[in-house]
Amino acid sequence: MNILYFSWIKDKLGKSKENITLDENIRSVAELINYLKNKDETYKEVFNDISSIRVSINMEIANIEDPIHINDEIAFFPPMTGG
Amino acid sequence: MIKVQKENFSIEKEIKKINNNFENIGAISSFIGTVRNKRIDENLISMTLEHYPGMSAKILKKIENQALKKWNLLGTCIIHRYGELFPGDQIVLVITTSKHRKEAVESCHFIIDWLKTKGPFWKYEKTKDNGYWVEAKKIDVDEELKWNN
Repeated sequence: MNILYFSWIKDKLGKSKENITLDENIRSVAELINYLKNKDETYKEVFNDISSIRVSINMEIANIEDPIHINDEIAFFPPMTGG
Repeated sequence: MIKVQKENFSIEKEIKKINNNFENIGAISSFIGTVRNKRIDENLISMTLEHYPGMSAKILKKIENQALKKWNLLGTCIIHRYGELFPGDQIVLVITTSKHRKEAVESCHFIIDWLKTKGPFWKYEKTKDNGYWVEAKKIDVDEELKWNN
């Protein structure tokens, strides 16, 4: 599964994307966030306050409870500041 | 018509293109967003716009379609730039055209309000000594929500 990071999330993690192999216990965005938080302290810090983070699944805005699948492209970013 | 691009744009050229493609235009409304030269009280050196390639064009198209559904419009144009921009540079262009003024003016306002909170772009402001990711403002969310009524 490809995961993309934007803005300060990318800066804090020091990467704009990564590929992870999903284990079958991870079936939703919330479960993915939990998995990432357990990776290390930096991830834990980034995902500590999820109210400041938005997520998309295959380029569509998604919710934390939404299901995810092995070939999905997931992106995490702060609220948008376009215009 | 929507475009996400690094290059600058020309409002005159875009209006001309719409005029060449549509008949009976009686109103043209436009908005250009530009880079300010201050960040609160610090001088701004540059603003870098990051975007989510693929998704940014998709969302812009969605916003344009919403406007076309809501108002009786003729040609429309949304161009959003990305990359490093400098004070005075143009960031975004919105043009809406219609037979009568109300549709063009309202839809232009609607599109720009939506872009603020729904466009997958993030701004990084560089000053002489610091760098900041611009945070979303509550007022922008409120402005966008008013269109739901």
